[in-house]
Amino acid sequence: MAINTNEPKRMRDVLLEQIYQKMFKDDRIFFLSDDLGAPILDKLRQDFKDRFINVGIAEQNLINVATGLGLEGFTVYAYGLAPFFLRAYEQIRINLALSGQMKEINVNMIGVGSGVSYDVSGPTHHCLEDLIVMRALPNIVIFSPSDWYITQQFIDYSINVKKPKYIRLDGKPMPCIYDKHTRFNWDNGFHEIRKGDDLCIISTGYPTHMSVHIINKLRGMNKNMGLIDVFLLKPINRDALFNSLKNYKQLITIEEAFIDKGGLDALMLGILNDKNSRIPVHRFGFKDEYLFKFGSRDYLYRSQDIDENTLLQRILQMMEKQEKNRTSKLHN
Amino acid sequence: MANFDFLEKKSKWVRTETLKLHKFAPGTRIASSLSAVEILVVLYYDNILDYDPKNVLWEQRNRFIISKGHGSVSMYPILADLGFFDLAELGRISTENSFLGNIPDTGVPGFETINGSVGHGLGIGCGVALALKRKGIDKKVFVLSGDGELNEGAVWEAVMFASFHNLNNLILIIDNNKLSMLGYQKDILGMEPLKHKFTTFKWKAECVNGHNIKQLSEALHRLNRDTSDQPKVLIANTIKGKGIPELENDELCHVRVLTEEEINRTLQKWQ
Repeated sequence: MAINTNEPKRMRDVLLEQIYQKMFKDDRIFFLSDDLGAPILDKLRQDFKDRFINVGIAEQNLINVATGLGLEGFTVYAYGLAPFFLRAYEQIRINLALSGQMKEINVNMIGVGSGVSYDVSGPTHHCLEDLIVMRALPNIVIFSPSDWYITQQFIDYSINVKKPKYIRLDGKPMPCIYDKHTRFNWDNGFHEIRKGDDLCIISTGYPTHMSVHIINKLRGMNKNMGLIDVFLLKPINRDALFNSLKNYKQLITIEEAFIDKGGLDALMLGILNDKNSRIPVHRFGFKDEYLFKFGSRDYLYRSQDIDENTLLQRILQMMEKQEKNRTSKLHN
Repeated sequence: MANFDFLEKKSKWVRTETLKLHKFAPGTRIASSLSAVEILVVLYYDNILDYDPKNVLWEQRNRFIISKGHGSVSMYPILADLGFFDLAELGRISTENSFLGNIPDTGVPGFETINGSVGHGLGIGCGVALALKRKGIDKKVFVLSGDGELNEGAVWEAVMFASFHNLNNLILIIDNNKLSMLGYQKDILGMEPLKHKFTTFKWKAECVNGHNIKQLSEALHRLNRDTSDQPKVLIANTIKGKGIPELENDELCHVRVLTEEEINRTLQKWQ
């Protein structure tokens, strides 16, 4: 089947289709939902009545039943809205993170609607904490894809790597960043989209789309900026990531999550600190407040001063400063 | 026909060994561990559970999930006696390099799950029961729960799930000792009428005296053979701190640590 990566698609639809196809070949896959649906889920529910289970609006039991099936060797997908997994944080901690250290448990939590992708649904349906709180748990793999192509490619990893995983999916249909020839290094957990000169963006999820637009605009101004997309926040090859960015003069992190609480920004600061690096890091994300505002995603980003145009202006200022420094060093 | 005399003697031995463990590790929850002794003895020594101590993950075993983690220290002597691990391990409880802690976890051979946080076992039991049906393994899944942990909402998510999905291979045993940490459940949330609550949720429910070997044995064999399409619950009415008057009459016995003198006096009395 030809893949048209320009076609806007939801990550959810692409992943569910992959799971559906795998369930024909592999009868050890269960799909559990906390009463959350999707049009594409209807055929899965119909064709696999004995392996699709709607546990009801009961996230704690979603995780517990998934654990029981996982302990018996089944591959389990546990599907729900991203923010509501936090309701079952205790179950995730005890039965997946703790138990996952002692036993093989392949439970894949699929959290749909990460960040503010359900923009107009208000703060209960925004999820700016998940990256942070899931990172706090040992033994949980965190997959944070930036487009539907990498989400599609994740299916084999989800089956073969028999560990508990949190899959953070954006809720909006979007075209791909990656083309169909891209091969991902799952041991590294990140992908260098472009090598730059002095500055590099490190982003995850939806902000990688913004970052691609930004580096393309900069290119039009003859400025070459680097971009690294982090898709596995855990586990990630810290040495390889550091090697990819150690020659930059300044770094910028962008994430659709609260900043300064332990997400992507903390991951980067930790790596740089451990390597005794002094590269300055400019961190962009959501401030320490909930958004009781209704409007487009761009409107929400503007309210936080992290929309594409603002970021572009900030980056141009950084570049200007960098240039001045270079010039003054030359004159001295 | 079960040898009740043998089971009585075993219970006495387990009770004694559990108290000795409390002497080694005073942080163990002794009162809570004593209420479940007869339940555990009947499960392990009366041909209820199928297990293989040399192959703990034997596919055909009964899965036994202990949801009341704190109160299952009495499992240690039983598992050691049956050969899951060496008896000498008991003397090393809660010391460096021992896998036996004050609260058992899944690192102890014979324990299926993590148990220190209550209210998880039944939901996991539901998943395991589904899995065994899918695999075609005709063995029951047993879950041991305290009554206090029934306060947790997650338990009732699982109660609804089990009956809706006709998990007739799931047997919940409630060690109904009626006390949690700060006192009697009747003064906290009042879980009674417990049996009625379960039958309303379409479970098959029975009550027994949880210290009466004969009653426990008959009820567990009956439920193990039961072919109805319902999940089953055995409410075992027990006494927290059973066998030790200082504990039996103490509302706050959950966290009570017995003095060495109290332990020695009791051990002498039990000889």
